[in-house]
Amino acid sequence: MYETTYHRASSVDEAAALFAKGKEAKYLAGGQTLLPVMKQRLASPSDVIDLAKIKDMVGCSGTTSGIQIKAATTHYDVSQDATVRKAIPALCALASQIGDPAVRHRGTIGGSLANNDPAADYPAAVLALNATIKTNKRTIAADDFFQGLFSTALEDGEIITAVDFPVVDKAGYAKFPHPASRFALTGVFVARMPDGDVRVAATGASQNGVMRVGPIEAALKANWSASAIDSVTISADGLLNDIHGTADYRANLIKVMAQRAVQAAG
Amino acid sequence: MGVEGIGASVVRKEDRRFITGKGRYVDDIKLVGMTHAHFIRSPHAHAKIKGIDSSEAMKMPGVIAVLTGQQIVDDKIGNLICGWAITSKDGSPMKMGAWPAMAPETVRFVGQAVAVVIAETKNQARDAAEAVVVNYEELPAVADVKAAIAPGAPQLHPEAPGNIIYDWQLGDEAAVKAAFAKAANVVSLDLTNNRLVPNAMEPRAAIADYDAAEEHFTLYTTSQNPHVARLVLSAFYNVAPEHKLRVIAPDVGGGFGSKIYIYPEEMVALWASKKVGRPVKWTGDRTESFLTDAHGRDHITHAEMAFDKDNKILGLRVKTHANFGAYMSLFSSAVPTYLYATLLSGQYVIPAIYAEVMAVYTNTTPVDAYRGAGRPEASYLLERMMETAARQLNVDPAELRKKNFITTFPYQTPVIMTYDAGDFNASIDAAMKAIDYAGFPARKAKAKSEGKLRGIGVSCYIEACGIAPSKAVGSLGAGVGLWESAEIRVNPVGTIEVLTGTHSHGQSHETTFCQLIAERLGVPISQVSIVHGDTDKVQFGMGTYGSRSIAVGGTAIVKAMEKIESKAKKIAAHALEASENDIVIENGEFKVTGTDKSIALPMVALAAYTAHNLPDGMEPGLKETAFYDPTNFTFPAGAYICEVEVDAATGKTSFVNFVAADDFGRLINPMVVEGQVHGGLAQGIGQALLEHAVYNENGQPVTASFMDYTMPRADDLPSFQVQHTTTLCPSNPLGVKGCGEAGAIGASAAVINAITDAIGNNKLEMPATPDRVWHAIHG
Ligand SMILES: Cc1cc2nc3c(=O)[nH]c(=O)nc-3n(C[C@H](O)[C@H](O)[C@H](O)COP(=O)(O)OP(=O)(O)OC[C@H]3O[C@@H](n4cnc5c(N)ncnc54)[C@H](O)[C@@H]3O)c2cc1C
Repeated sequence: MYETTYHRASSVDEAAALFAKGKEAKYLAGGQTLLPVMKQRLASPSDVIDLAKIKDMVGCSGTTSGIQIKAATTHYDVSQDATVRKAIPALCALASQIGDPAVRHRGTIGGSLANNDPAADYPAAVLALNATIKTNKRTIAADDFFQGLFSTALEDGEIITAVDFPVVDKAGYAKFPHPASRFALTGVFVARMPDGDVRVAATGASQNGVMRVGPIEAALKANWSASAIDSVTISADGLLNDIHGTADYRANLIKVMAQRAVQAAG
Repeated sequence: MGVEGIGASVVRKEDRRFITGKGRYVDDIKLVGMTHAHFIRSPHAHAKIKGIDSSEAMKMPGVIAVLTGQQIVDDKIGNLICGWAITSKDGSPMKMGAWPAMAPETVRFVGQAVAVVIAETKNQARDAAEAVVVNYEELPAVADVKAAIAPGAPQLHPEAPGNIIYDWQLGDEAAVKAAFAKAANVVSLDLTNNRLVPNAMEPRAAIADYDAAEEHFTLYTTSQNPHVARLVLSAFYNVAPEHKLRVIAPDVGGGFGSKIYIYPEEMVALWASKKVGRPVKWTGDRTESFLTDAHGRDHITHAEMAFDKDNKILGLRVKTHANFGAYMSLFSSAVPTYLYATLLSGQYVIPAIYAEVMAVYTNTTPVDAYRGAGRPEASYLLERMMETAARQLNVDPAELRKKNFITTFPYQTPVIMTYDAGDFNASIDAAMKAIDYAGFPARKAKAKSEGKLRGIGVSCYIEACGIAPSKAVGSLGAGVGLWESAEIRVNPVGTIEVLTGTHSHGQSHETTFCQLIAERLGVPISQVSIVHGDTDKVQFGMGTYGSRSIAVGGTAIVKAMEKIESKAKKIAAHALEASENDIVIENGEFKVTGTDKSIALPMVALAAYTAHNLPDGMEPGLKETAFYDPTNFTFPAGAYICEVEVDAATGKTSFVNFVAADDFGRLINPMVVEGQVHGGLAQGIGQALLEHAVYNENGQPVTASFMDYTMPRADDLPSFQVQHTTTLCPSNPLGVKGCGEAGAIGASAAVINAITDAIGNNKLEMPATPDRVWHAIHG
């Protein structure tokens, strides 16, 4: 690791101010992505600004239109939260499948979304549930937030403060873990909105990161059942192709995981 | 004898130290004035070094030296060697390319060291390494074994035209030809034995400390065999004469073969320590482990088996291409030859066998022995062959095996080995019973009715362990003898130290070797300690690998104990005024049989050291040494049966059951043995389902971290049912055979046989990832 200066911010504003002062500052939340990258000397921030201890950035609560998860809430806390479990149990299930216990007790939803790893789990939920990302500057719709591999709508220094999830009728997540990393080789989140709209998002599969899966959305809108997906064909074009999963295998997994997600959603 | 003797599952003495974090590994050692080394490694699979500019690095804080490959060559440090000479079919010796400890001119695999920075701190060394500019001219590279021998392939070493190291054969080609000519059926099979990274939990590390006043070196290193390291460093690498070099291998966190070899980093640390006049420490990180620890396996094989009309095997023909990587590692040449082809008879009567093995250089990390070493390759080949044959001949796979089992011993195979003892029917019967083999068709039918694919797979392995009779291996080209030594010191107060030439890095010697003493003397194991891993403390010994420690090292201990007991009995008889022949040893006491006269071990020991009242002419002291050279290999064998269910939609395999029935001869500590079996099975299953070291066509490693290389985790593995059948090994007094590698040798074929049975397609390579299995199901 290269030398760096560590700051512990006590408020979002202080964090943003520290960021502006730093030469090449980076926010730190759970550190489950940033620290390994720094240890391998692939990142050399001049300043590291810790968000994890900002009280305003931690916790889950009910809102008028659904639930809110603050950005520095850990995966473990989300997986155990009663409010989240009551409203969208699939989110608890998703959080409980991220990495291993050590990762879940440190890693945060904000860090995961800001990082936008193409195989991360949360992006699938946020996109399928049509969530809204709140930052210290604005709110961003999920459809606008994810912009390809490791790339988001966040501006330099912008802090995710919370994620707002709307109430949904049904939601389910199914993940086929990457054998080595245990990220998603392909994970699919399905959601049916109270107005009958269906949104389906797949992670781990596409060369461009998390994506909506139109053909499955259409099939499920017509008939919310696993068997409705049987006749859907998923093109392997643009899907990832590597030693753990060829593109056609991932295309198959999108279907199979979508079916299992529908079953999980009930 | 005693509750802590042979056969007792006593808790491991070393656990307290390890579980409480008190183990002492090389990286835990800090010497006064210690400096830190960081290696600069090639990012290219094949390139010429045009120049190395370290001027900026030398100006950086804390930097003491930047040393290059040319300097180590100029200082006449020897090239790395391969210690087993193999002769090709045409009578020519194997063709070994030069391997300097750091590359002076040409790099041949990604990760090969070209220079080293020595600095005050590890971070300063790393910082400075980034400032060293190495100018490379890239050369075309080849990673695939078949591509490497194709015309026009990039050439690695001028010494080895066509990248061929040797083209070796074993067996009787004409007899095999005749056998195939009269065959009723011929079964053929193409196999890949996947490349593996050993991934010991502790990465390799070294600290070298040169004492200028004494012209003496001390090397702390992660070694399975510190004496062999000292011998090779001294005799071949010209680092220091043996009496001026002390090698210490303290606690070592796993080896699996990868820590047998003497690596460039240790040589460089020693050489650099003298150059800078201070201790030099290097601790590899995980990436360096992936790139530079010797890899395992990597064979491509075509095999054919001939059967008569009664399904008896007539002959076996095998052609293997073995990928050696860019250089010949220390024992690399022996692995696909004398540790592989000599086991191709398996558990079967095969009248004629002919094997050809071509060893090939590629631009990849060197390959050498990894848990099982050659024997897993032989076992995988034979056991997939037997399963394939059973399906082709339409007979039950277990029945086909039984029909062809060797049942009388000793049995001379056509490929050198003489099996001394075994009962292969007993093992397979035990395994079949444990897994309810007879009930499988019903279980399969039921699973099918639920839309699931269920399969069962058998694997009957045999291995040659207790490595090895020195004369035999010498005649086959080994550069060393493979006996073992022990020294036993009974201290004046009766406590006992056992100095062994083997090395424990996960094998529990500190417990099981004490049990050998407890068995003979009836003393508690707390009164015995095992000393190993230090060339200044322990007499010369050959180390730990090839499941040899109990069979060879344990027997040396027994031999030394016999001498101790003989002398102690004389002392006791003298003290008790009895005849030596009437003395028996019970619960730590020397008794005159049939009387109540006795003298306790501490008093005998004290008498030996006070020497006030010893028999006339007897030397004082109670310390004996034995060197034991085995007369034969040992032959652990067993049957593994695995039942799986495959998810047709995803190709994911899950275990229903895994049964192991091993014959290891006598068990010293059944709990330790079971642990060894579990670990071996985990690695065998890891090879079958998960692990694969992959290179792209340019020789770039694709799987150089745990994010891409799938190490088995607990939840990838079933609960094992481990059991034992026993035939004693006739060639050593303990009747032991060794258990360290069996799981890794036998497991992979059982798993693949079960999956191919489940999916009804035999075309499946390891690792059987969900992706591959799904493709095998769906075409
Ligand atoms: C062994 C291992 C296994 C894992 N397995 C999985 C898995 O199965 N599925 C999965 O989805 N993930 C997995 N992860 C990743 C894990 O979920 C991390 O939590 C996540 O990638 C990043 O979250 P973090 O809080 O640790 O962020 P950090 O590492 O602290 O930060 C990551 C990036 O986000 C930025 N950042 C952090 N918080 C904010 C914020 N509030 N606003 C703006 N920018 C911010 C940081 O500056 C940094 O650039 C794994 C990680 C490890 C180490």
